[in-house]
Amino acid sequence: MAHSYTPGLTVTDSTVIRRRRILPLPGTVLVKVGDRVRSNQPVARAELPGKVYPLNLANQLGVAPNEITEYLIKKGGDAVQKDDILAENKPLFKWLKTEIRSPITGTVESVSTVTGQVLLREPPRVLELLGYVDGAVVEIHPQQGVTIECLCSLVQGIFGIGGETYGELVMAVAAPDEALTPAHVKPDMKGKIVVGGSFLPADTMVKAKEVGVAGLVVGGIHDKDLRALLGYDLGVAITGAEQVGFTLILTEGFGTIPMAQKTFALLSAHAGAKASISGATQIRAGVIRPEIIIPRTGTQTGSITQPQRAGIRLGDPVRIIRDPLFGKIGEVSALPPDLTKIPTESEVRVLEVRFSDGQVAVIPRTNIEVIEGT
Amino acid sequence: MATQEPGKPATPLNVIVATDCGSTTTKAILIEKVGDEYRQTYRGEAPTTVEAPFEDVTRGVLNAIAEIEELSGRKILDGDKIITPCRDAKTGVDIYISTSSAGGGLQMMVTGVVQNMTGESAQRAALGAGAIVIDVLASNDGRLPHEKIERIRTMRPDMILMSGGTDGGAVTHVVEMAEYIAAAEPRPRFGATYKLPLIYAGNREAQGQVNKILGEKSALVVTDNIRPVLERENLSPARNKIHDLFLEHVMQQAPGYRKLIEMAGAPIMPTPAAVGVIMETIAKREHLNLIGVDIGGATTDVFSVFEGVFNRTVSANLGMSYSISNVLAEAGLANIMRWVPFTIDEQTLRNRIKNKMIRPTTIPQTLDELQIEHAISREALRLALIHHKSLATGLKGVQQERTISDVFEQQTSGKTLIDMLKLDLIVGSGGILSHAPRRIQSMVMMVDAYEPLGFTRLSVDSIFMMPHLGVLSTIDEKAATDVFVRDCMVYLGTCAAPIGQGKDGERCADYEIAFPDGKTVTDQLKFGDLRLYPLESGKKATVTMRPAKSVNLGAGAGVAVTREVQGGVVGLMLDGRGRPLQFPTDQQARVAVLTKWFNAVGLYPTGANGV
Repeated sequence: MAHSYTPGLTVTDSTVIRRRRILPLPGTVLVKVGDRVRSNQPVARAELPGKVYPLNLANQLGVAPNEITEYLIKKGGDAVQKDDILAENKPLFKWLKTEIRSPITGTVESVSTVTGQVLLREPPRVLELLGYVDGAVVEIHPQQGVTIECLCSLVQGIFGIGGETYGELVMAVAAPDEALTPAHVKPDMKGKIVVGGSFLPADTMVKAKEVGVAGLVVGGIHDKDLRALLGYDLGVAITGAEQVGFTLILTEGFGTIPMAQKTFALLSAHAGAKASISGATQIRAGVIRPEIIIPRTGTQTGSITQPQRAGIRLGDPVRIIRDPLFGKIGEVSALPPDLTKIPTESEVRVLEVRFSDGQVAVIPRTNIEVIEGT
Repeated sequence: MATQEPGKPATPLNVIVATDCGSTTTKAILIEKVGDEYRQTYRGEAPTTVEAPFEDVTRGVLNAIAEIEELSGRKILDGDKIITPCRDAKTGVDIYISTSSAGGGLQMMVTGVVQNMTGESAQRAALGAGAIVIDVLASNDGRLPHEKIERIRTMRPDMILMSGGTDGGAVTHVVEMAEYIAAAEPRPRFGATYKLPLIYAGNREAQGQVNKILGEKSALVVTDNIRPVLERENLSPARNKIHDLFLEHVMQQAPGYRKLIEMAGAPIMPTPAAVGVIMETIAKREHLNLIGVDIGGATTDVFSVFEGVFNRTVSANLGMSYSISNVLAEAGLANIMRWVPFTIDEQTLRNRIKNKMIRPTTIPQTLDELQIEHAISREALRLALIHHKSLATGLKGVQQERTISDVFEQQTSGKTLIDMLKLDLIVGSGGILSHAPRRIQSMVMMVDAYEPLGFTRLSVDSIFMMPHLGVLSTIDEKAATDVFVRDCMVYLGTCAAPIGQGKDGERCADYEIAFPDGKTVTDQLKFGDLRLYPLESGKKATVTMRPAKSVNLGAGAGVAVTREVQGGVVGLMLDGRGRPLQFPTDQQARVAVLTKWFNAVGLYPTGANGV
């Protein structure tokens, strides 16, 4: 049943990734194929239509909807300034005159003789789409955006909050099983991406916000601290738009869980380098996981290295992703083909995992994750 | 590839492969004609592949079918193609069919004029067609005009259904809503290049105006008014249009669906629509009032048929994996903990639930983890039924003829149609119910969540194949019925639950059970008791219950009731726990009472957690 295999998280020192940068609505692409771009450089621009303000002129003038055209000073498509007169009545006595003024500066979008309503629209707002990663433009999507290719080290997290940001990578702890305490967060970490170890307590989050760190990467947090940070209980893991002062990426999960040695070592090796991170997580088929991208100098191959795996193999490094051994890392030591009865009485496919201390455990196959990347 | 006209198979169907492309996994089943009857023979599954890096739903379909090939020894695939029709006894299938809820299903926004009248009718039309309703906009929904426009713009539905006004009534409000939609310039979720499908099913008099305002800006389809007069709903034309547009527009944009449509020998159905077909068929065939539930990873769908009226609702964020954390958020920790037969600190439980959310494909490995998931499922089922009851109602705003007796009842229009005393059958489907290690666990989960009253039969989908059979029934009803009866529907048994409350140990009812083998049991059910008697599937027993003075079994307080009850793989359960269910507030006492109940019916293996 190799087909039922789902890949795990990637932690790799060298890979080529492509990131599609797409505007939310058609606009102008500012770069061309082959251009080198920086993470903070605009690559495309669009004009977001302004807010719409409906005004019911018929009601305000006290006339029938199909009569409002007779009272209009401004017509559909006209530009208006705030407080310009849009419409006025023509009473016999001028102290009975009613003038309807525009509440905004913008244009008259439409006039309806059915509802008596005028729609005003504010001027468009310019939206600039940044490159997000340092790399080369390999494809242009006309009016929509670009694809950027980047040779990099890549670490995928399991869960994150907050959007895209970038900064210098800095190690705040000495070991992957060390918790990130407030004392580890120093003023010079402002605008940087701070890597902790096994756990991020609530008081460290407060300190990180005070200092102004750009991002935090840790093994785990408590759900109650996440709730306090967000101000609500997160129901569904669709994140990326939160604004809590920093972007947060968990590499392991909820609870106190040491960061995988391989992840910690890779991030340590790149301390001082510039990284782009995103906390955006979407856990549905195909999933979007949070990521830490550390661009590397060197020639880009132009080819994407997709891990091609047939399934789980003996010797694969795996992480157990469900209690009672949640977070433990070991190697696959046996793959029995038959269904096995587990303590819940379910009959499932299992595998054997050998840990570094020589102990062996039998785990349902769905409860492990292969640690991807070389 | 299938070349026959959809819906009309050219060759006799002897071998059928069907898939359901779910949000997480694509499930394939093989159905074969064995002798004169159809049987489900093999099953395979693979991760759904709607998004990167595959972005082609057919990849997951082919992987799931490849599993069936491995298990059955039948060659079904020739490269990326399904071999149809059968070439010989071990090669090909006669037809391939599918349902889909992948990529978040069909997401719709609906509009009406009065929120609890045309707004609700539009919502029912969309839900009945298998959609998830992401918002209901109405002229009187309390939002300011610019807030409505902003909302339409930020939500990216697959489709909009506009309703409002009775035929011949005022047009102003519905035209106003059209103006808001036009101003928002809504864009579809998939693909920036095509126009958003929009169905207008409101006041006939406003069709011309709506066409003028939205004709250019959307792919507008006009159909009959869903509320032509206040007293009547006419949902079918709008529902049919939703299905058509789902296939023509939405599915064409989703990655790989064009290929999937070509591969399939019948139109692809949204999963909930297919399950709805099955539920309606059961109710009609057996003249039953039923509640059906499909509890998935992301959503819980509830179906009901009462007095022939079909309703469906979807609770978009109540589910057992992606949405598990939302069940905690909506139900609250205390409501989940009341079902857990041991003590656990809040922090550990919260972290465990979040870990399931971020790794949704994992399964409980230990008994306590299983019990926690079962506790959460009871709350998801309970909340989804509350949601369903609020929407499965009579029409609101309708004048009712009243007799003198009604004056004292103070009933308003729009009362829920769900009457638990008139309920005959509960049908459960979805992973947590279909794959529970013991069938009694499915039965107790549903009984605890729904608190059925009086006598109620329960059943469960054996391995989750109702969507497949729903779509199959549209092309071959006999095949669908055969498999449904023999392989899909597992009758669990009957629950008898007196209504009333009393102190533990007090008399609830005296009962006598006459079993089909002639044996008779006479005993007393006390408050706080849960008892289970084996009664095989297909067998019937006669139960007479004489309730205590304040206790009701449907015929009135203290009135004896005799009923013929059906058996099942679990049997006959007598539930003396009282209605509504109540729990001790003290933690230790709660654990003790749960342990007593669970042990009484053999819910879990004994020896663990003190159970």
